[in-house]
Amino acid sequence: MAHKSAERVRPLSPHLQIYRWPVTMATSIAHRAAGIALSAGTILLAWWLIAAATGADAYHVFAASAANPVGQIVLFGLVWSLAFHLFNGIRHLVWDIGRGFEVRTANRSGVTVAVLSILATIAVFLLSHGVLH
Amino acid sequence: MTGTQTPLARVEGLGAAHAGTGHFWRQRVSAVALVPLSIWFVYAALAVVGADREAAVAFLHQPVNAIAMALFVIAVLHHSVLGLQVVVEDYVHTEGWKIAILLFNQLFAWILGAVSLFALVKIAL
Repeated sequence: MAHKSAERVRPLSPHLQIYRWPVTMATSIAHRAAGIALSAGTILLAWWLIAAATGADAYHVFAASAANPVGQIVLFGLVWSLAFHLFNGIRHLVWDIGRGFEVRTANRSGVTVAVLSILATIAVFLLSHGVLH
Repeated sequence: MTGTQTPLARVEGLGAAHAGTGHFWRQRVSAVALVPLSIWFVYAALAVVGADREAAVAFLHQPVNAIAMALFVIAVLHHSVLGLQVVVEDYVHTEGWKIAILLFNQLFAWILGAVSLFALVKIAL
């Protein structure tokens, strides 16, 4: 007996949640997300410069905010965003001169950039906490 | 590709978006500038992290550091405005909202830039 069409499981056209994420798609989305985060980060850069120009009290408020756990999480995210956007940006510049478009190469460079960004973030954090000095 | 273009349209070279390659090119120029500048910025941040205001002021008082920081602020805001503009154009489809957000994007960056550079001049001089 035939179901009414509304009850039948209809085939869906593929969309974001259906596709297995290819490396190139994941790095493209991450590049944009990191760029947006870094844009917001320019407000913190302005805050740091204003605090340094204003005085010891203002600077202390900034430094204390940066050092508390929430500040550290935000800064960790920004350092990763900067590392990823920088490395992946170089990957984009290589594409701009017409190289690295083969699927294998593009996938490999994407994984390389992701791994490097995580390693660089960890290195910067260890350095900032005086671990690697 | 140029078959249906008028001679005027061809010499203008602006294409369907009426903007040519201007946006693309400025994005690449600022990107290339930011490769060394952002590496320098990480070095600068590590040089003053955990230190008090005196150390940060002393660092930015050095002419080379003040100039590099000024270049970083300018390049990063320029690059950020261009990047956010593309995001807005991609996802905001209501014309009024799009123009309003693009205006805010541009004007807010000018304010951030003016404030940041003023603070930097005050420290460096």
